Amino acid sequence: MNVVFDNLDIFLEGMRRTVELSVLSFVIAFAVGIVAAGLRVSPVPPLRWASASYIELVRNTPLLVLMFIVVFAFPSIGFTWSYFTSAIVALSAYTGTFVGETVRSGINSVSKGQVEAARALGLTFPQVLRLVVMPQALRTVVGPLGGIFIALLKNSGVAVAINVPELTSAANEIGTETAQVIPAFLGAAAAYLLLTIPSGFATNWLEHRVAIKR
Amino acid sequence: MSDVFLGDALGPRGRRTTRVVTAVSTVAIVAFIVVALLRLADKGQLAESKWEPFTQWPIQRFFLEGLRTTVEVSLVSMVGAMILGTFLSLARLARTGPVRWVTTLFVEFFRGLPLVLLIFFCALGLPAYGVDLSVFWYVAIGLIIYNGAVLGEIFRAGILSLDRGQTEAAYSLGMGYWQAMMLVVIPQAARRMIPAIVSQLVTLLKDSSLGAAVAFEELLRRGRINGEFYQNMLQSLVVVAVIYIVVNFVLSMLARRLEVRQRRRYRAGPITVAGAGMDLALMGAQGESAEIADAGTTT
Repeated sequence: MNVVFDNLDIFLEGMRRTVELSVLSFVIAFAVGIVAAGLRVSPVPPLRWASASYIELVRNTPLLVLMFIVVFAFPSIGFTWSYFTSAIVALSAYTGTFVGETVRSGINSVSKGQVEAARALGLTFPQVLRLVVMPQALRTVVGPLGGIFIALLKNSGVAVAINVPELTSAANEIGTETAQVIPAFLGAAAAYLLLTIPSGFATNWLEHRVAIKR
Repeated sequence: MSDVFLGDALGPRGRRTTRVVTAVSTVAIVAFIVVALLRLADKGQLAESKWEPFTQWPIQRFFLEGLRTTVEVSLVSMVGAMILGTFLSLARLARTGPVRWVTTLFVEFFRGLPLVLLIFFCALGLPAYGVDLSVFWYVAIGLIIYNGAVLGEIFRAGILSLDRGQTEAAYSLGMGYWQAMMLVVIPQAARRMIPAIVSQLVTLLKDSSLGAAVAFEELLRRGRINGEFYQNMLQSLVVVAVIYIVVNFVLSMLARRLEVRQRRRYRAGPITVAGAGMDLALMGAQGESAEIADAGTTT
């Protein structure tokens, strides 16, 4: 395991990058997902279709294909970004679809009486969604959203394929240089677990914290 | 449908607003598409020379062979993962403590790792320690271990979801543990798991594209090679994406249909496993709120 401790700085740097990628992408994906879910249940057909096509198209495309499109195809239409930014764009777009579907399922789980009561009070569609449905919907999906964040932590490893120096890339680099592949990858594995396991606990905590007590 | 909002019919004011927003958003969406097309045309991305190669049979064959490799590695991995998953689920339900503990550790470890890390490890580590296989198998082994752990959890959830009365009835008929498992529990559990298995296959098929990162010549890799050769990367990657979308869409439809059929037939929801990846987290979330709570116990 000396390989890991000798190269601890590379691992820590990789870990930092992984956390940055995941947290930034999750924040963006969260916003995108809420908008997508809101549009998907809206009474306006074109908005519903737009949201549905975004979700179905992007969700069924492999993440690496999205990353390659952002890195290798976008420059030819005038969008050239750093590898790091490109990874965030691809990760957020991909994860946004999953957040969108999850939030939509949360919206559907809110009882109809809530909507009817809000309507009876004269609230408009955006008001019903924002003030009554969303707050309840989001509480019920804290668990699945935590699962999505953990999946995102793991998915951020795909950025190794577009030269982002995150954790998987650190393991790969050190494994190649020192020819001690198993220790290098075990180090990265431990680092990933160090990130995912506390995320799981945090999700559980938050879930209990925001649960609606009936 | 358009006049209904979350199951509640809109009133006259709501309908008027909806009509206005429909008109405005239609214009906005059309404008967006026009701007995007103009941009593509402006940068010469709609030029015939960029798209023309895809009408030639040798290039179509190049892509189709890539798709065949993708399907091959996915099917081989799926079969391997199902075999591994069966063993893991049975071992994790075993009555012997140590067997259970070791399996639990194995499953939780590999389920918690990024698949890409496993694939890189196989491609880099196995040759370094004297295991010389083709890159096909490096990708397949990574996929099998990861998905085996995930499927193991799905199978375990499927077995546990069965009413305890089934096992008890089998025991009271004088069956032993394995007899009850093989003749009563597994046949019923397997049927309930089919939608979850199909949707895991979709995930696996998408994940097989990670092979492109370790020089495995599947669909995505071939798309890039083609794009570099003909200087039409955007077009090649779009074609690759469309192929993936079509294949996955068909499989997803199949999963959904199986799920609906099952709900009707057994009045039981699909098997959901917490944290087994995004698609599964999602499956859990698509059902009733009880299932959402179920999918929430994630680590």
